[in-house]
Parts: sequence; structure tokens; C-alpha cells
Amino acid sequence: MILKRPSFWLILILSGIFIYLPLRGQNVPLREDLVLVAVAIILSSNLNLMIGYTGYVNFGHIVFYGLGGYIGLYLTTVRGWNLVVAAFAAGVGVSFLALLFGLGILRLRGAYFALATIGVLEAVQAFVMNFNPWGRSTGMYLSFQSYQSWGGAMRALWIDYYLIIGVMAASLVLSLGIKISKFGLGLFAIRENEDAAAVLGVNTTVYKAIVYSVSAFLPAMAGAFMFFKNGMIDPFVAFEFMLSLEGIVMLMLGGQGSVTGAALGAGMYEWLRSYLLTSPKLSDFQLVIAGGLLLVVVLFAPGGLIGWVYRLVPRSRGVIE
Amino acid sequence: MIDGLLVGSVYGLAAMGLSLIWGVMNVINLTHGAMIALGMFGMYILFGAITGHPYLLLVPELGAGLLLGIVVYWIAIHWVIGRPMLMSLLSTFAVNMMIIGIGTAVWTTSPYNVNFNLPGISIGSYTFTGNHIAAAVAAIVIALALDLFLKRTRPGKAIRAVSDNREAAELMGISSTMVLSVAFGIGIALAVASGALVSTLFPFTILSGGVYQLKSFVVTVLAGLGKPLGALAAGVLLGLLEGVVTPFIAASWIPLIEFSLFVVVLVAFPRGIFGKVAA
Repeated sequence: MILKRPSFWLILILSGIFIYLPLRGQNVPLREDLVLVAVAIILSSNLNLMIGYTGYVNFGHIVFYGLGGYIGLYLTTVRGWNLVVAAFAAGVGVSFLALLFGLGILRLRGAYFALATIGVLEAVQAFVMNFNPWGRSTGMYLSFQSYQSWGGAMRALWIDYYLIIGVMAASLVLSLGIKISKFGLGLFAIRENEDAAAVLGVNTTVYKAIVYSVSAFLPAMAGAFMFFKNGMIDPFVAFEFMLSLEGIVMLMLGGQGSVTGAALGAGMYEWLRSYLLTSPKLSDFQLVIAGGLLLVVVLFAPGGLIGWVYRLVPRSRGVIE
Repeated sequence: MIDGLLVGSVYGLAAMGLSLIWGVMNVINLTHGAMIALGMFGMYILFGAITGHPYLLLVPELGAGLLLGIVVYWIAIHWVIGRPMLMSLLSTFAVNMMIIGIGTAVWTTSPYNVNFNLPGISIGSYTFTGNHIAAAVAAIVIALALDLFLKRTRPGKAIRAVSDNREAAELMGISSTMVLSVAFGIGIALAVASGALVSTLFPFTILSGGVYQLKSFVVTVLAGLGKPLGALAAGVLLGLLEGVVTPFIAASWIPLIEFSLFVVVLVAFPRGIFGKVAA
């Protein structure tokens, strides 16, 4: 049972802190910082389902987030849908698309799959840049009216923040739920040895396609909420390859395959980045430092931060998942 | 259309380096784009400092690329060979981030160009830019030289031996680590050279390498892995495709076509169009 897992309660406490902290004194700057951390956690923990659990590197994970943002903004602005319904529709739509793509490209293994995901990302971006209803390369703006139904822009942004925190909590619970399920066990088997898993009766094709599609759902919803908050979207922001790669850096930093690791890595990376960006001496070298850090983690500590904690305190494995 | 052929041979050259590294050590080199960009800026600096002929400057560029490649091999690649694919992807990507980061700090992301023009050749009503012809010729010469090197010389044969079967090559007295580092160096040298050639054709920024890296992936996948001459041919094919479709549809659709083609080819022919069996 998931309720018996200490990690489940940790997730709830973390989400509670995210809700409580900015609320105290209506601290908007803090809220804006935390929302970036929350989105980073959503992206890295859903990416973890692919990379950490199944062992398939997805370089184009951001495509889910961007498409979700586009569908969400289109439905709320042009069609006048309710934000939550639109975000849900975005999640369902993107998951369905991911399932279709997944059945095709998941026949590939290892590096070939990784390359194909870059291809999917670039192809989708190129498509959106030419797609008239979505404003081609200039993108779309949110009409201010969409805020009115939520009682003004200020209130709408707060509600939007709580929705994003909700998606964050859902992502972490989903990661934990999959990890302790039989489905998760099947994914781990694929990661360790795909042929052996198939021989032992894991339907690898179906498992991979499902996890690819599931890992698309919450990022798409997060994209819909996030671009509602930003008020505009264009193909360069929505499908930024860099952001996709940063998600991988976060995951490696925290520890792939671990629920807490994905969240921890995301938090640390965001903190590091904001520190580097605001530091006058180091802001030019933000990428260099992030790259160096990644190299050190890959070469010397492939388990990430969590792997290090596990080695230090072996009993923590049972508590922090 | 002919212009597409000419530019395509430069794509092919960039892809040859990627293909060589991939084929020999089973590493997808994500530093490729950064190396191409370094080649562009290398040409920019050399052309500014020494008023030599740009195509002669290719020689020091190739040498510098070889050295740089060997250095990067020892820093980032050596430790991850034989470990899961994810590790080598990430370590090369980390190096890529560092190079791009330093490049952005030094040159910012504003565009540069190498101011050099060869007289064009006119045939009938068509005019071919001199730079494009020269770049294509240089690309083909380098490609053929690489092919000769791999097939006729001892170090070249050693590279092919290691790529076929590393253990057997070790047993025959080939130091596979040396061979791998040299092969990586050659791959990088090709990337740098293609960057240098591109810099004589189009304006560039430190981030331009990414576009050519993606094109290299497309080309490599079209050709099949570890087939340098196949990569050249596929590069020409890609350039031709760009040249042929441009008059009919808006240029902004080309990436969509290229990447859809890429994904479809990858799924349908995982071993490349030209190759039926694994190299």
C-alpha cells in the first residue's frame, strides 16, 4: 500500500510547504521562484519514468510540455474553455499522441531511440512554426478575458500556482506509485535486460509505450498551466531543446531511478542556476559550471546525490525512495 | 539545385566525423555541434590573423581539431566506454555545454562571418558561387583522403580492426585505447574542418553548430553507422533534397520534412538505407 510508504507522506509535506510558504504574507517573488522549482520537479520526475525506470533516454521530453502549453492556451483563449478542463484535455491529447509516436519509435533501442526523440522534438517544433491556427513562429497570446472568470489576474495567478503544485504532487505520487507496483517491476526488468524481461513474460512493447505515454500526461498539464501564467507562447520557448537537456542534468544530479532524487536534483539545479545567474562574476559561465558538474557526476558518481546518501546510510534506502 | 549538391557535401563531411566516432567506439558524440562551431570561429580568427588563403588554413584547423579531439577523449570519453549509452551521451553533452558556455562568454551569440569571396562560375543563365564550389571540392578531397587513410595505412587499418572487434584487435597487439583516442581526434578534426568550410559560406554564431549537428544525425542515420563514404553520399543527397524542394514550398517547412524523414528512416531502416548488415 502506498499509504504505508514514508515517502508518500514526505511528498505531501513537501507540497504543503510549497503551498504555505508563499501564502504567508502574499509573497509573490517567492511564489515565482517556487513555481520554477515545481515545474523542474514535474519535468524531471516524469523524465525519470523513462530514463531512471525504463532505461530509455528521452532527449525530447520537453515536447510534451510545449504541446500541452499550446493546446491549453488554444483551448482557453480561442475556444473559451475552462482552464482546468483545457489542461486536462491537453494532458489526454498529448498522452494519446505520445502513445502513437511511442508505438513507432519505441521499436528502437538505446542510442537510436535517443536520436529519434530529438527528431520528434525538432519535427514537432518545425510543424508548429508553420501551423497557422497557432500563430506560426510568433506564437499566441492569452486574452486578458481568460483571467476574468477567475476573479481577476491576481487571483487567477494564485489559483494557477496551486494547480501547478497539485500537478507536482501528482507527479511525485505517480513516480512512487509506479515504483512500488508490478508495472514498475516490469519497467526495471526492461532497464536491466530487455530480452530477458521479454522471455520472462513482460510485454515489453506495451510496457514501454504505456510508460512513454504516461510520462507525457502531467508535463502536458504543467505546460498548460505554466503558459496560462506566462500569458504567451511561441515555438522557441515551448520546445526549447536546452530545457529538455537541463531536465536530464537535474535527474542525474539527484539520482536517476529515485523519486526523491528526481525532486532533489531539480531543486538543487534551480537553486544553483538562480545563484549563478544573479552572481555578477559567474553569470557568463553558468553553462560551463553546469556542464562541468554534469561531467563530474557522470564520471565519478553515476548514482547522483541519492546514490551517495544510500552508500553513506544504507538503511535510508527503505525510507527515501 | 546544384548549389544544394555543393552544400550537401559539406553536410556529408560533418556527418563523416560523427559516423566514424559512432562506428568505432559506439559513442554518440554530442560535442559535434560545438566542435563545428569552434571550427567556424577558428577560421574566423585565423583568417583575421594570417591573411592566408582560407583553404590553406584548413590544414592547421585539421591539426588543431585532431589534438582537441584527443584531449576531449581523455577527459570525457575514455572513462565511459563500455558503460551504458546514457553515460557517454551525458558526458559528451556536458563537454558540449562547457564549450558552448565558454564560446558564448567570449564571442556572445551575435553573428560573425568570414569575408572572403571567390569569383563564381557561370554556365548559361546559372551562376555558381566560387565559395560553394571550393568548399565542396575541399570536402570531397578530405573525404577521399580519409577513405584512403582507413583502407591503406597501418593506423587506418588499426582503426577499422578495433571497430570490427576490439578484443581480437587487442590480441593482435593493437593498443585499442590509442586507436580510439586517435579515431575520436579524427572525427573531431572532420567536424572542425566542416565548420571551417561552412564559415566561408554562411554567417554563423556560436550556436550555429547545433543545426549542423542535427543535420549530421540525419545524414548519419540515412547512411548507416560507421560508413564514412556513405555519409558523404547521404550528405549530398540531403543537400540535393533541400535544393529540390526549395522552389516549391516555403523554406520554413524544410526542417519538418527533414526530421520526419529522419524519424521514419530510423524506424523503418535502423541500419541505414545503404547498409543491410551491421558495420
